[in-house]
Amino acid sequence: MKPAATAHPHNPWLAHSVRITRTAPATPGVFTCDLTFDDAAVRKEYSYRPGQFNMLYLPGLGEIAISISGDPDLRDVVSHTIREAGNVTNALAQLPTDSSIGMRGPFGSHWPVEDCVGRDVVLVAGGIGLAPLRPVVCHLLTHRDAFKDVTLIVGSREPSGLLYSAEYEDWRAGGIDVQVTVDRADSLWHGKIGMVTNVLDRIPLRDAKHTILMTCGPEVMMWYTVQMALGRGLSAESLYVSLERNMNCAIGLCGHCQFGPEFLCKDGPIFCYDQVASILKIDDL
Amino acid sequence: MSLPVLFIARSELDQLIRTLADDGYQVVGPTIDQEAIVYGDIASAEDLPVGWTDIQEPGKYRLERRNDEACFGYVVGPHSWKKYLFPPVTLVASADRTKTGWQMSTPEAEPPRYAFLGVRACELAAMKIQDKVFLGGPFVDPTYQRRRSAAFIIAVNCTQAAATCFCTSMNTGPRCNAGFDLALTEIADGFLMEIGSEAGQALAARLTTAPATSEQLDRGTSARQQAVDQITKQMDTTGIRDLLMNNLRHPQWEDVANRCLSCTNCTMVCPTCFCSSVNEVPDLTGDHIDRERSWDSCFNIDFSYMNGSPTRNSIQSRYRQWMTHKLATWQDQFGSSGCVGCGRCITWCPVGIDLTQEVAAIRSSPSISPATEQVAGKSLEETES
Repeated sequence: MKPAATAHPHNPWLAHSVRITRTAPATPGVFTCDLTFDDAAVRKEYSYRPGQFNMLYLPGLGEIAISISGDPDLRDVVSHTIREAGNVTNALAQLPTDSSIGMRGPFGSHWPVEDCVGRDVVLVAGGIGLAPLRPVVCHLLTHRDAFKDVTLIVGSREPSGLLYSAEYEDWRAGGIDVQVTVDRADSLWHGKIGMVTNVLDRIPLRDAKHTILMTCGPEVMMWYTVQMALGRGLSAESLYVSLERNMNCAIGLCGHCQFGPEFLCKDGPIFCYDQVASILKIDDL
Repeated sequence: MSLPVLFIARSELDQLIRTLADDGYQVVGPTIDQEAIVYGDIASAEDLPVGWTDIQEPGKYRLERRNDEACFGYVVGPHSWKKYLFPPVTLVASADRTKTGWQMSTPEAEPPRYAFLGVRACELAAMKIQDKVFLGGPFVDPTYQRRRSAAFIIAVNCTQAAATCFCTSMNTGPRCNAGFDLALTEIADGFLMEIGSEAGQALAARLTTAPATSEQLDRGTSARQQAVDQITKQMDTTGIRDLLMNNLRHPQWEDVANRCLSCTNCTMVCPTCFCSSVNEVPDLTGDHIDRERSWDSCFNIDFSYMNGSPTRNSIQSRYRQWMTHKLATWQDQFGSSGCVGCGRCITWCPVGIDLTQEVAAIRSSPSISPATEQVAGKSLEETES
């Protein structure tokens, strides 16, 4: 999953000028921000793989690492779903359409969508963890015939936290079994209640040994998802997780994102579970 | 290169420095400032710490007079050459507000051309390690690349060792074998000079030198052997990667955390530590922003800050990060240890923590490996989705 280890011709510190084409609230405290490059040539050149991230730059405030949540086949806008969590994200949420900011990327490893061809696929997302998986959903929908059964399990603490909920029907119509569960229901909720692992425990698996599972969410959720998947007969080398640490440079030079031997920015953020199994449950690593 | 070893008289050292300066190099080397031997501009041999030596122990550094006028009669101080190749503060990019929006740019100014005078074997090893970090890809750091490729390196073989030196354990010294343009060994009245590159050969040709006599060569050999003989500190690196990674829950981490002040000194003086952070530095109008990269440290609590709290909130976790990175995971990342055995982190630790002793403590009582440990007993109910 690693990007090719070749020296980049472009100065990796140089951010491109981009413009906000749309900012829309997603769930409480979370918004989606679509960006487009000012320079048409850069826009044409730019492409990313599902799971990769960009560094979004607000001059004077700083840079943040945000995974790309758009459809990788749509090249005009680059979409990010962002939680308002700090100075940069709070300011970004307030910027009006057509505001100018900077962007570097894409960076990092990607979800193994090529390996999914001809296989059953299970995606497990918790909360905003669906954002980095949305490009996978888009890719699977676009090339739906290439894959066997596709199941997406979406979990959220409460119904209001369900990301992209307006799209679930389209995804179902496109051939993805979307299973939704919440930890705490409200009076309007008629769906499942419980952990994503409870759902994962019950979904039919025709060919567990060859099923690929990708999960993104809180580390503890991903850990239990992986344990459940192993228990259901999936193999460790077919399980993929997306990890998160402080990121500063995104190019493997600043040291912030280290997680044991891995630099999450260049070796990750997407890892095969096999690769990180031994360090996943070490406190404060 | 197996060119003959030359002898260059002590009095010719000024000519060497002048020639480099004439060629446009900024000559930097050891000099005394604030009661320590640090690296700074060198205009003549007089700027060197002639007749001084350093006494080093865990948490202790003192300068003392020598009973001779040796130019390089000491080992390494708090500075390392990384301050020139990977400066403590560097401009990495800028942003300017224009009518149409923000325009970003990266600095294109010509980097300084340094001539490093007095690079020790452990420091050559440190440069090789940082080359791997900054130039090994997939991304290359342009600042480091420009400065590194322009540098002229005059190594100096150690003829003595401090109590904190352990380069022989790390196979990095004390002999300078490669990675220099010229290498000097100080003997009476002058220096033996080895040539390590074409640029070094060209420079040597412009100096007054003579082929070294066999007596001079013998004196050089015994001077270098003296450094080897004086090294007392050792670190057993056998299987050190797995030793540390299999002991991430060892009680020794708590023990060292009770002494460690998390002051970052060890990471600042370490010649291979490369962690940094980029800060926004606006001018008064706010229309021009410089993005400045500064040295940072895994011992700073906010270094691992994410989603409202630091990942490594305890000194225990931060010391463990530093030492396991330096000695263990560095091997996974860059194919070598991150430690060159220079001993700086031992000398400059205000409480005298000695990483070689920390490793020895873990080695003498390895705990259970995490693979065989039971997973922490968190219930599924604690899972948040």
